[in-house]
Amino acid sequence: MNCIAKGMLGAGSLLPLAVAADWQVNLEPGVTEISQAVFDLHMTIFWICVAIGVVVFGVMLWSIIHHRKSRGAKAHNFHESTVVEITWTIIPFFILIAMAVPATATLIKMYDKNGADLDIQVTGYQWKWRYQYLGEDIDFFSSLSTPKEQIQNQAEKGEHYLLEVDNPLVIPAGKKVRFLMTANDVIHSWWVPALAVKKDAIPGFINEAWTVVPEPGIYRGQCAELCGKDHGFMPIVVDVRSEADYQLWLAEMKQAKVQAADAATKDWTLAELMEKGEEVYNRACAACHQANGEGIPGAFPALKNSPMVVAADPAAHIDIVLNGKAGTAMQAFRDQLNAVELAAVITYERNAWGNTSGDLVSPAQISELKQ
Amino acid sequence: MNSLDQTLDTAAEHHGPASGISRWLYTTNHKDIGTLYLWFSFIMFLLGGCMALSIRAELFQPGLQLMEPDFFNQMTTMHGLIMVFGAVMPAFVGLANWMVPLMIGAPDMALPRMNNWSFWILPFAFTMMVSTLFMEGGGPNFGWTFYAPLSTTYAPPSVTFFIFAVHMMGISSIMGAINVIATILNLRAPGMTMMKLPLFVWTWLITAFLLIAVMPVLAGVVTMMLMDIHFGTSFFNAAGGGDPVLFQHVFWFFGHPEVYIMILPAFGIVSQIIPTFARKKLFGYASMVYATASIAFLSFIVWAHHMFTVGMPLVGELFFMFTTMLIAVPTGVKVFNWVATMFRGSMTFETPMLFALAFVVLFTIGGFSGLMLAIAPADFQYHDTYFVVAHFHYVLVPGAVFSIVAAVYYWIPKWTGNMYNETMGRWHFWLSFIGVNITFFPMHFVGLAGMPRRIPDYALQFADFNAVASVGAFIFGFSQLLLLYNVIQCIRSKDKATTEVWESAEGLEWTVPSPAPYHTFAEPPLVK
Repeated sequence: MNCIAKGMLGAGSLLPLAVAADWQVNLEPGVTEISQAVFDLHMTIFWICVAIGVVVFGVMLWSIIHHRKSRGAKAHNFHESTVVEITWTIIPFFILIAMAVPATATLIKMYDKNGADLDIQVTGYQWKWRYQYLGEDIDFFSSLSTPKEQIQNQAEKGEHYLLEVDNPLVIPAGKKVRFLMTANDVIHSWWVPALAVKKDAIPGFINEAWTVVPEPGIYRGQCAELCGKDHGFMPIVVDVRSEADYQLWLAEMKQAKVQAADAATKDWTLAELMEKGEEVYNRACAACHQANGEGIPGAFPALKNSPMVVAADPAAHIDIVLNGKAGTAMQAFRDQLNAVELAAVITYERNAWGNTSGDLVSPAQISELKQ
Repeated sequence: MNSLDQTLDTAAEHHGPASGISRWLYTTNHKDIGTLYLWFSFIMFLLGGCMALSIRAELFQPGLQLMEPDFFNQMTTMHGLIMVFGAVMPAFVGLANWMVPLMIGAPDMALPRMNNWSFWILPFAFTMMVSTLFMEGGGPNFGWTFYAPLSTTYAPPSVTFFIFAVHMMGISSIMGAINVIATILNLRAPGMTMMKLPLFVWTWLITAFLLIAVMPVLAGVVTMMLMDIHFGTSFFNAAGGGDPVLFQHVFWFFGHPEVYIMILPAFGIVSQIIPTFARKKLFGYASMVYATASIAFLSFIVWAHHMFTVGMPLVGELFFMFTTMLIAVPTGVKVFNWVATMFRGSMTFETPMLFALAFVVLFTIGGFSGLMLAIAPADFQYHDTYFVVAHFHYVLVPGAVFSIVAAVYYWIPKWTGNMYNETMGRWHFWLSFIGVNITFFPMHFVGLAGMPRRIPDYALQFADFNAVASVGAFIFGFSQLLLLYNVIQCIRSKDKATTEVWESAEGLEWTVPSPAPYHTFAEPPLVK
């Protein structure tokens, strides 16, 4: 916590149980030049408000104490004064100008999107983020990794409860990174407080934001715009690495992609696919269709005993998983999951919870459809 | 309230009220309709309050304990809708019904039959809206701001009922506003010139114009939603060439004046109460009127400050930042005037005054956070966090709600003919004051520390202040039962109020007997 803020706002140190992080009362200055400028602006306005408050509430308190009937105060008769009224209309106007000048300067700086070293497209999905590194052939989804048991209070909550993801966004330190925000379904908002970046991700729009993070580190944020049921469960983790480590990570990502493609060509047994499928299902599907496949009546359809899922011909089932269903919350998973994951999850849905199609959808079959 | 028994005698020369339920169903009497509005508003306040408490109970600790996230979203949505459209707005309309004719020396509202209709729409609208909670797929779960496409393509099927309910509320509000304007412009007593109008009447006149201007915009935006959902249009659907941001522009063009609809009458109430208990004329009457009008005008050109993060061009951000900051000027004038009225007065601190003083302080704190939110670059950090939740609850709860409570204590002796119990009134005040601050002040902290709004579960660093806020919410919520107790106690009390009620209250309403007879000012009074 910022020590000035703590000392002056005071609340953190007044409360006996204080644990620094838990009783945080103020903004963090953040780690970028912009976030520091925003923090300074915030503190400036805050102190101006405090000063006005002291004067106004001071006069009010003085009147309450001294000009009360029980003390024998007699009411005076004045009830207007053009000079006074004009004065206290004009003075606030100048105070506002004093606020507007630094605010405008900071805003202009924030809007300077030129000269980016790296462009990343950020797409909001219900309820995960997709990161596409433009020109790098890297494209992955990032979703909450906190186990369900912690959310349901069946296990102790970890240090980064609700602020941890499976695949963090990795960016290089000291480089200007431009984010191109959009969304696939509803409006989301990508927010990392330490970078002072918050921008709405809106379907049909591309919004721009940028950051330069000087030092490596891990910075956490959350979706800020109500986006449906699991709005509270789509965090953002930005892993800022040194240029060398970033290059290493790029290489690893590209290699992993090759390996996944190889896996799709091998023969998978029903048991293997079921095991993999359950894991994928719980990660990608259970939020809506529920772990027991029964869905939420009126909102998300059941897969258990669903005619489409138990039909002898899996074509319709495969189609909806790959391509989604327009006008509903059912997303297209074609790009979200690789061929093995898609085959596994479809196989799982066709054979779990008493669905007994008994058939197997192979990764090879999916690879062909994905071409 | 139960002016029935007492007023039968005093109004003997006119026809008195009908008896039984038909009195309330068919009434065209401004006092009866005012009473209906106020009771309806109180019921909605308790219902919306129960939803708020369910939200705070879930947020008492991290993790999901009591409800599923989807139900949580229904609670936040319904809490907001019910408090805005069901509690605060009808309470002000109820106060206008009761007090505007009494304050301007009119025998009744100008359009009494329409008055009856504008009230009786409301119970049906809200019954329909609340019933959506029991429908398959649940009720509205997209926040009270119902941003498309979450509220269109991705909404539960019950959204159609929600749209119809909003239409009905809008019709009710527009009719209420027309009635207030017609009454104030046409039925003033001889000599009651515009610049002699009590400030409550002035603020309501301006509010009524705001209502007429923006409720049709709300009706428009929900109709566009309806078309998108059922008739294949694509106003807000990007895939069909539509624009999800258009929704926000239209919504907030309604939404920002709506904020002032909920606060201008509060300014009026406080401007009546403070001079009474400071025993001194309101300082700067004319500048109060001009400030109110300026705020109303500015409210139409600041709407996009709710949308600083949607990606507007730089000039757009700057324009809305500057206009929003300007609102601080007339609002400041009002606060300074109230303080100057207290200065060198002779103050006493009865319950209405306590609530009015708390209003001035806590509303001003809400104004300060509003000024911080106006600063666009800083707003990027505050937007959609609990800092915003703290801000608008400070202006709406110890702002609008406290002013309504103050008005009830101030005028209830005139309504019932009896004094309320001052000791219990003070208990109600102090518990509310402490509760409201314990609830909402820590929300500034968690918001600045990074907690987004509208989430059913949160990271561990927000746990402590959330627990504090939840405790405060229960203190505040349950202490409102004291208001119910005090009102009923006042109705049944034997402690008769005088005609003047307060030692130095000014205005025509204090010239009619307590309780106010069923028909007042059949002969217009002469205002000097």
